[in-house]
Amino acid sequence: MSDVTLKIDGVSVTVPAGTTVLEAAKIAGIRIPTLCYMKDVNEIGACRMCLVETGGRAPAAACVMPVEALPRNRATGEINVKTNTPLLRSIRKTNLELLLSNHDKKCLSCPRNTNCELQQLCREYGVEDENRFAGSMTKAVVDTSSLAIVRNNAKCILCRRCSAVCEKVQKVGVIGPIMRGMATQISTPWGMALADTGCINCGQCVAACPTGALSEKDDTDKVWAALADPTKHVVVQSAPAVRAALGEEFGLPIGTSVTGKLAASLRRLGFDKVFDTDFAADLTIMEEATELVGRVKDGGVLPMITSCSPGWIKFCETYYPEFIPNLSSCKSPHEMEGAVIKSYYAEKAGIDPASIVVVSVMPCTAKKYEAARPELGHDGLADVDVVITTRELARMIKQAGIDFTRLPDERFDEMLGDYSGAAVIFGVTGGVMEAALRTAYEVITGDKLAKLEFTDVRGFEGVKEASYNLNGLELKVAVANSTGAASQLLDAVKAGEKSYTFIEIMGCPGGCVNGGGQPIVSPTVREDVDVKGLRAKALYDEDAALSVRKSHELPAITKLYDEYFGKPNSHKAHELLHTTYTARKKYN
Amino acid sequence: MLVNSQEKYAELDKVIAANKGQGGAVMRTLQAAQDIFGHVPMDVQIKIAEGLDSTLAEVYGVATFYSQFALEPAGEYRIGVCLGTACYVKGSKDVLEKVCQVLDTQVGKTSKDGLFTIKDTRCLGACGLAPVMMINDDVYGRLVPDDIPGILDKYRH
Repeated sequence: MSDVTLKIDGVSVTVPAGTTVLEAAKIAGIRIPTLCYMKDVNEIGACRMCLVETGGRAPAAACVMPVEALPRNRATGEINVKTNTPLLRSIRKTNLELLLSNHDKKCLSCPRNTNCELQQLCREYGVEDENRFAGSMTKAVVDTSSLAIVRNNAKCILCRRCSAVCEKVQKVGVIGPIMRGMATQISTPWGMALADTGCINCGQCVAACPTGALSEKDDTDKVWAALADPTKHVVVQSAPAVRAALGEEFGLPIGTSVTGKLAASLRRLGFDKVFDTDFAADLTIMEEATELVGRVKDGGVLPMITSCSPGWIKFCETYYPEFIPNLSSCKSPHEMEGAVIKSYYAEKAGIDPASIVVVSVMPCTAKKYEAARPELGHDGLADVDVVITTRELARMIKQAGIDFTRLPDERFDEMLGDYSGAAVIFGVTGGVMEAALRTAYEVITGDKLAKLEFTDVRGFEGVKEASYNLNGLELKVAVANSTGAASQLLDAVKAGEKSYTFIEIMGCPGGCVNGGGQPIVSPTVREDVDVKGLRAKALYDEDAALSVRKSHELPAITKLYDEYFGKPNSHKAHELLHTTYTARKKYN
Repeated sequence: MLVNSQEKYAELDKVIAANKGQGGAVMRTLQAAQDIFGHVPMDVQIKIAEGLDSTLAEVYGVATFYSQFALEPAGEYRIGVCLGTACYVKGSKDVLEKVCQVLDTQVGKTSKDGLFTIKDTRCLGACGLAPVMMINDDVYGRLVPDDIPGILDKYRH
């Protein structure tokens, strides 16, 4: 393809044909406002915020206008694009006012207040009267049926970013545009309750939403109530990925690790014990690596697939039920932690398990659904009582008036708050695989690893593959991140094109660091900043800095097995740390 | 027209197989399904979505975008009240509202007795008679809302 030279606001830029005006402007250092645009995922020219003047009949949407289609000046042969003229500013402002005419404008009570792209653009374009046009207000659907996600169409601007992510990235596709004209809505098919669809609760739609039309189900009230109840012993745990992103909610740069401040803030919120899901991540490795070795030796079902990600688990149960026998029977780490808190810890501390409330802070909305699974409990008690996302924790810290950035760095409580470096990297795609390999290698070969980093399984490609030889045992592994990538991988396995021993699947692109419960970063910022990479780096750095970096070498883990479980996959371990799965219908 | 529902589903399977992997498959398959079944109910849409490796959200989105698709079986009589410009200024909206009120249903839906379906209608080309309504092939012109109950009664057996 040939190159095209054009001038954008007087800046000359040469780009290959096929480049859009929006991309060319970016190269020229010019920012064109966007709202519906998500690079590679949603490029549909729907919102009309990126209109530019081309010298043609009418302004064109820069995000879908290829440079070679731009008109040339008859006299000079030049292509001149203008991105910031009185006409364009006026059109953009009017567009925003029209969007507001069909929007509930309840900013003060909105979960996205101060982090809303519509609000920000209104400020930038000087919208003075949010009621300039009285719209007919499409009948709003507020769907609170899901345990994880709330849909409020009164705040929807029909950008379709949510449905594009749901369908294209996650290959789930349970929401999409319906009807036309003023009646257009983003809806489930047949207006079903979200809870009755094959929604996997991953929350990537929430992360994609520019406004508050999609949000996590807020469970902070339950946590406040438990903390205020003197008869309850409230124990908190937080997942590895939370520490890599929580700081963003308090203005710290993306990728800042806030492990110590996280522990300190949880203590100041009044939790009786501040434990760490990382401990259970190490426990998961012990159970899962043992299960894998057992399956290999005894001719069990292979490939074995990880079971940490509840978005992936519901995806498997719903869309690939034939792979249920391949799923590791291990509960996900926070469920294991909850089970250990209500058994081992309760016994040691002499506390009635029924009075314990386990709160999980997770980068994930799907964990809310997972925690409510009836099979994840013991003696009539749920392993985990309440799940809040990283965003909800940030809200609680703000409500409590805690000055987060000035907190001292503290440690998690002993017993169930220690962890190895292998546990920390659970928060990024490939991390569970790497952690398992560190332990599996040493347990199977009896040798010490010279180098702990398994770089083949790092990085953000949808599907990664590697092969290792462990004393003659050929271990072929694959790692998928996003359920879309997972379906590609599973289709290949199903067709017999690929065969593996062990597969790690994380439901979200990039793994938990980019989970649906993490601080929301707009697509505009994501184009310039490698959000997944920076958050992952925070975890890899913490791993590298720890003295214990292998799960089987963590003293607290050895102690737990010595005192309580005996050995991995023991009868007691199976009773408390393992689970079962159910094939599910796509539509109920 | 196929009567036996087994035959209808077999025919749908053929259409799905023929369209699978082609551009615009959802649209074409929905059109064929509408011809086969007279409307495209949920189970037919699910079959199309699964058969074409699409999603129900997409199939339902297309089916609700185009007014030619009916989600419910149509009644014996299709009522179209013209909402073209001439009829509209002569008060056809009031006529339409009266029809909806008498039949206790909405545009695009079928009355509870299954007899009447109200269709989304634009100019019928009989502007001189505005406001105009058609019931199947019968044309009624120069209507006022009070004419409606009597006209509808004629079609009730």
